[in-house]
Amino acid sequence: MLPERLRSIFRKESEPVSPARVPFSAFGGAAPRKQAKPSPPVTRQSRGLEQFFFEIRDVVGLSILDLAGATQENINFLTSLGHKIYSQDIVRSLDEAFGSEAVQDQTNPALIESFLRTNLNYPPDTFDGVLLWDSLQFMGPALLSATVERLSEVMRPKSYLLAFFTANERVSEVMSYAFRIVDHKTILLAERGMRPSGHVFNNRNLERLFGKFESVKFFLTRESLREVIVRR
Amino acid sequence: MSTTPYRVPEADPRNTATIGKAVKVIGQIFTKEDLYVDGDVEGTIESQDNKVTVGPNGRVQAGIRAREVVILGQVKGNVEAADKVDIRKDARLEGDIVSSRISIEDGALFKGSIDIRKMEAKPSAGPTITAPPAPAPAVSAAVPVGASAAKR
Repeated sequence: MLPERLRSIFRKESEPVSPARVPFSAFGGAAPRKQAKPSPPVTRQSRGLEQFFFEIRDVVGLSILDLAGATQENINFLTSLGHKIYSQDIVRSLDEAFGSEAVQDQTNPALIESFLRTNLNYPPDTFDGVLLWDSLQFMGPALLSATVERLSEVMRPKSYLLAFFTANERVSEVMSYAFRIVDHKTILLAERGMRPSGHVFNNRNLERLFGKFESVKFFLTRESLREVIVRR
Repeated sequence: MSTTPYRVPEADPRNTATIGKAVKVIGQIFTKEDLYVDGDVEGTIESQDNKVTVGPNGRVQAGIRAREVVILGQVKGNVEAADKVDIRKDARLEGDIVSSRISIEDGALFKGSIDIRKMEAKPSAGPTITAPPAPAPAVSAAVPVGASAAKR
């Protein structure tokens, strides 16, 4: 049997990444799509996160929306900076609203409106920062643009949004992660399982997606994650 | 000595008022001792200097105000705790939290805002949750006019 490293050389680019990577259910979140041996969480630097916190430095009492679900680490970090945190597990909500297999089914306008009403029902200009993490990757085009539109409404002008996208444009499934803030430039990533990706996210598409926002800044990381900082 | 972690707090019948899992209460609950809710509550729960625990079978649609709040079941409503809010694995809380401290386990679902504030345990100002004029023994004043407690 060939070692995994050798096999990966022969794997076609278009093949989905190994289904052996699995939901790390201990970190909560959506139901796993494929079962296999869990990979341990990894810690990595995040330029996007560093930039996000740089932009809100020296200010307290901000309202930050964290869409990766409530975790002790993120709550501790954000509240220790004196901010108020709004928590929401948007990926889990996607499953509740549309089912975990249903990127293609995310086109029903009534369901999209219901999803937005349930998950992003905030007054205009509520948030000083939004941590979207990788959640937009799992939305179909119609839901995606409706969600970004709603986010632009609930964010304050000049506030920032942090989002992660896979840099690999050919995969149909991508790993979903739980994101935990270790410090202002370090995150811990725990796998939540492979999920169907709803879109191809290259730089041009992302600029178009965030067209209503003032600026979009990209950071490409070695783990094929494209970190994006968007200014409202 | 057992090494099993202390997970599900059991209600101590000597010091804790209990709403059992077959009980439904609609109305306002005021208590001067700890309260363990394993049934259904709709309304408000206030236990200013004590602990309120929503057990694994508890389904609460109520604002909760207490010194400490522990959630193992489901709560839909705002939670205010002078000391601590503790959300355990498999618990579900939809509502806003105001507390001095918060603890949330992996696997818990929380949807709402968290505002960490140092609060006085004994507020002199009028409470947000309106209290009825009658003196409030544990859980009893609990069920004001129009409230019902029913076996399911």
